Amino acid sequence: MLETRTAGHRTPATPTGATPGGREPGRNGRGSGSSAPNRKRAGTAGRQLHAGRITYAVLTLFTLGSLFPLVWTAVAASRNNQRLAETPPPFWFGGNLFSNMSTAWNDANMGKALLNTVVVAGTVALSTVVFATLAGYAFAKLRFRAKNALLLLVIGTMMVPPQLSVVPLYMAVAKLEWANQLQAVILPMMVSAFGVFFMRQYLVNALPTELIEAARVDGAHSLRVVWHVVFPIARPAMAVLGMLTFVMAWNEFFWPVIALTQDNPTVQVALTGLGRGYIPDESVIMAGAFLGTLPLLVAFALFGKQIVGGIMQGAVKG
Amino acid sequence: MPVGGGSRSEERRSRRYRRDARWSPYAFIAPFFLFFAAFGLFPLLYTGWASLHNVSLHDPTHMEWAGLHNFSRLVEDEFFWNALRNTVTIGVISTVPQLAMALGLAHLLNYRLRGSMFFRVVMLTPYATSVAAATLVFALLFGRDYGMINWGLGLAGFDHVDWENGTWTSQIAVSSIVIWRWTGYNTLIYLAAMQAVPHDLYESASIDGASRWQQFLHVTIPSLRPTILFTVVVSTIGATQLFGEPLLFGGSQTGGGSHQYQTLGLYLYEQGWFNFHLGRASAIAWTMFLILLVIGLANWLIARRLHSSRSR
Repeated sequence: MLETRTAGHRTPATPTGATPGGREPGRNGRGSGSSAPNRKRAGTAGRQLHAGRITYAVLTLFTLGSLFPLVWTAVAASRNNQRLAETPPPFWFGGNLFSNMSTAWNDANMGKALLNTVVVAGTVALSTVVFATLAGYAFAKLRFRAKNALLLLVIGTMMVPPQLSVVPLYMAVAKLEWANQLQAVILPMMVSAFGVFFMRQYLVNALPTELIEAARVDGAHSLRVVWHVVFPIARPAMAVLGMLTFVMAWNEFFWPVIALTQDNPTVQVALTGLGRGYIPDESVIMAGAFLGTLPLLVAFALFGKQIVGGIMQGAVKG
Repeated sequence: MPVGGGSRSEERRSRRYRRDARWSPYAFIAPFFLFFAAFGLFPLLYTGWASLHNVSLHDPTHMEWAGLHNFSRLVEDEFFWNALRNTVTIGVISTVPQLAMALGLAHLLNYRLRGSMFFRVVMLTPYATSVAAATLVFALLFGRDYGMINWGLGLAGFDHVDWENGTWTSQIAVSSIVIWRWTGYNTLIYLAAMQAVPHDLYESASIDGASRWQQFLHVTIPSLRPTILFTVVVSTIGATQLFGEPLLFGGSQTGGGSHQYQTLGLYLYEQGWFNFHLGRASAIAWTMFLILLVIGLANWLIARRLHSSRSR
């Protein structure tokens, strides 16, 4: 029930992964030669057919559909409010992008919002990755009591929606006088059940049990094993989980909107302020939306391949 | 290092070693469960407790016992039923087309393609766009007087649609944001599942003379059933919590002038943070939780039936 659906791509990391410096660049969990038999089985499964012209046409259409709202955000952000209230709507860039962005930066507090969001998403990604790797390693390779029941509990927690904790969190924040402070947003997001499950699925196959045993026989303390054996092998998955968590935390909406105000916002809180009429200029609103999305788009341009791989790797049976 | 007297220190070391082997797994999972207990489980239960009290937003630490009053008020409130209805409708019209398109796209991406990674990455970019940013753009595109969609409709000879003020039209608009953001993500999930389907199944199907379409229907879809179920559950959970899209589409917690696209999440927010009834908000949250439990149970039953029908 818990095995991944992409077993073929999960190359068991070769022991060279454990020796620092002994890893070739560009390795991202897909390995090279050693996985040939696996690849043949799963990599080509169902892909034997060449795509026809219609396939390319449909895919191109959806590509345009995926990109259009983003491009048009930039188009609208580069115009002014009067131009957006004319027919036909603008299709090409105007000259106001930078002035609108600076208005959003100064008047809608986007500068502070971006900085705050980097702090929040960075902290959340780091802590999620570390804690998820530790727990994922324990669930994948160690023996302890009630392991399966606890793992089921982890999976079950993925179903609990954030709305269920908002009222008590609000009460706690009121009591601690943490309203409008970043730790109120960071602390509830420090761990993730998805992360634990993701790392567990990766390590089950990627981490050879003999390697842990060998280290243990040499008398290594369990933390040393984690540091010198588990972390090096888990690194590709940790990177992917880090990126996925960063995106998730960057876009976190419900709780930050309640816990923070426009004085100390995250990007989403600032955009909510814009959307609720904080500044009634549509082109400035679009400039804010563009500014708040741009960092993630850049990250996607750089690491899109890894993020895609990570999502496909995390695709598991329920 | 002294060599003599090694046996005692060796014994101590082996005891420490055993203790370490025994307890370290718990130490490794502890951070997750501690944080989960503090920020997941405890709030979940405490929300249930708060739902039995009158709690005002102005004095959130002061609770007054109310029994089931919050729940009985909810049942009598037409806006609760309205929000529930809207949540279900928007959930259906956002989930069904989204998953159907994702399935078809995954099938296309599963062909031998040039630029296959490019298509995958681009289709995932909406996932990187936040709810807030996406909704602000879509609200503009769906604008009544100057929106691009109405302009396009006008070119095609149709009248302008007042998207935000109509019930159906506003719900379709809100759903389109969800569809845009999540189709690519689900495509990748399906694609991963398709790549795990054993090649021989397709081979034997084509030997039996099955066309591409028949292979899709009789090999791909049945092999993907668990994954499809999984995505249905995940999308349903997401749809139950829908909040940011309807909040920012019109910019108000009421979800339109006559609450025409107010979802349960939005209704909770309105009750708690605009009408100041945190107890009532808790009751709504718990109702949502019960709905999710029912969905989870249904999923489990279906999965079990699927499983037993396959092993027969």
